[in-house]
Amino acid sequence: MAAALLEVEHLRIEFPTRRGTLVAVDDVSFQIAEGEVLGVVGESGAGKSLTGNAIIGLLEPPGRIAAGAIRLSGRRIDDLPYEEMRKIRGKQIGAVFQDPLTSLNPLYSVGGQLVETIQTHTDMSPTQARTRAVELLAEVGIPGAERRIDHYPHQFSGGMRQRVVIALAICVNPRLIIADEPTTALDVSIQAQIIALLKRLCRDHGTAIMLITHDMGVIAETADRVAVMYAGRIAEIGPVRSVIKQAKHPYSHGLMGSIPKISDSKDRLEQIEGSMPRLTEIPPGCAFNPRCPQVFARCRVERPDLMDAGVTRAACWLYAHG
Amino acid sequence: MFAYIVRRALQSVLVMASVAFVAFTLFQYMGDPINQMVAQDATLAERENLRRVLGLDRPFYVQFLVFLKNLVTGNFGFSFRVGTPVAQIIAERLPATLELVLVAAMFALFVGVPAGVYTGLHRHGALSRFMLTISLIGVSLPTFLIGILLILIFAVVLGWLPSFGRGQVVQLGFWSTGFLTTSGLKALILPSITLGLFQTTLIMRLVRSEMLEVLRADYIKFARARGLTNRAVNFGHALKNTLVPVITIAGLQIGGLIAFAIITETVFQWPGMGFLFITAIQFVDIPVMSSYLVLVALFFVIINLIVDLLYFAVDPRLRIDRSVSTH
Repeated sequence: MAAALLEVEHLRIEFPTRRGTLVAVDDVSFQIAEGEVLGVVGESGAGKSLTGNAIIGLLEPPGRIAAGAIRLSGRRIDDLPYEEMRKIRGKQIGAVFQDPLTSLNPLYSVGGQLVETIQTHTDMSPTQARTRAVELLAEVGIPGAERRIDHYPHQFSGGMRQRVVIALAICVNPRLIIADEPTTALDVSIQAQIIALLKRLCRDHGTAIMLITHDMGVIAETADRVAVMYAGRIAEIGPVRSVIKQAKHPYSHGLMGSIPKISDSKDRLEQIEGSMPRLTEIPPGCAFNPRCPQVFARCRVERPDLMDAGVTRAACWLYAHG
Repeated sequence: MFAYIVRRALQSVLVMASVAFVAFTLFQYMGDPINQMVAQDATLAERENLRRVLGLDRPFYVQFLVFLKNLVTGNFGFSFRVGTPVAQIIAERLPATLELVLVAAMFALFVGVPAGVYTGLHRHGALSRFMLTISLIGVSLPTFLIGILLILIFAVVLGWLPSFGRGQVVQLGFWSTGFLTTSGLKALILPSITLGLFQTTLIMRLVRSEMLEVLRADYIKFARARGLTNRAVNFGHALKNTLVPVITIAGLQIGGLIAFAIITETVFQWPGMGFLFITAIQFVDIPVMSSYLVLVALFFVIINLIVDLLYFAVDPRLRIDRSVSTH
């Protein structure tokens, strides 16, 4: 593996509320290497997006990083002042959000938004920035970029707008892109195009991507490694093939089992009984224990950390050594 | 675009005609103007003679049509009370009101919008809370009371500013302006604050709530994620998106300023159109009242047209551009 570009260590995100502190993300650690695509999957509320927001320093108050560290190329970035972090956002870490229909400011032309972003981070003149903007639009596959640059967001379709959003995210060649459900709001056929585009850009520029999604198909197609999150923790992390084919953690195993396969003809899809606990009701021990088919005594008392489980690492007492 | 303006202008003419009709009809029930114009001991014959001279003996609709015909040709008729052309009286009074309204509107916009942005950005700050409290006073206290309080403090107790009138004015052609003399400028301060305070607080509260709404939008988060400066995000992206509702309300309110200047002008003895209107009512001076209302309606119509055009300038989604496919 190449040198780690992003290191997240023991990240803990809390929400202080009137009824006490909610821990939304707890003890999450992972790394992303240069040019690597890390998929992050999990149900809604598992803490995927919060982790992504914490990395770009845009946790919405009252949410806050309570413990842990985030490092970009070895430099700690989670405790930077707002202005310092602002210079990193966009320039070193780009972001793509879920809904392209609402990610673009409706009152500015796409070219205007591109030029503004480019000029914020570089010394380019307006003319140079505009030339660059046209190149970017062409690169993300917008036909007639020269003409389309002066159009407004409402004149683009959803898929085209997500291409514009991606162009905005990559416009000054960041080394990492946080893509938070970039395809969820799109048609299936458009999803494939956007994923192909992200993969191509990642390959061409050596950009690393943290791909947050609940779509296993997208992960299988795109990611190098995958982290499965459950109730604010990482349940399993490892190479994408191993996690999909031989998931070790009972939760990720169940998650993979619930994906329909074209080869099997089953009447019903497998499903995991129950639902993810709310943040106020996380049980002691392993958070998954009430739903786990292989639960045993230790799971109800002690919380498992990530441990080696063959090729992947899983937070499960089944793989405790000794 | 051009067709749109023409259509709006035609609608405006209809609105104006309706206003003229309503105004003229209403004033038929305000008593007999003749009573105010003749001496106590005038004979019946004298009264009838005057009535005939003024055309008041003719049927209502004929009077209205004559009034309308005169309006179109720019002839507002003669004041029953002083006998001079209404156009001339209004031309004397119009600059005073318009200058007052202009300063009040500037005050409302240049204080209201920044205060709204500030309170929207710093929701829990002490200064925000203070401004919101002040704005409650502005919204809830009636104009005349604010005017009287200001006079009491700044004119009577402190003696800094004049309590009535326009101060010295300079005549520029037909326009008499108070902008060019110190006493004129000083005289403008209290009335324009009185007149504009409600609008200021209204605009501030509107901008604040719109800012709070817009700051939650995805494109603001995305703008931050692109590393844009706070200034660009708050003023470029957020404020611009609050403008459409703000322009709507501000436009209506500026129209309101012209109409509500009546109260402020009365409190400050400001020699403007509102003051003129009050006097006209006392004397059942129908030509003056009707002309005033038609003129106010004209201002409203013009302001609304400008507001509509500003929408186009601000929001590209309203510019219908058929040459572009939306695939």
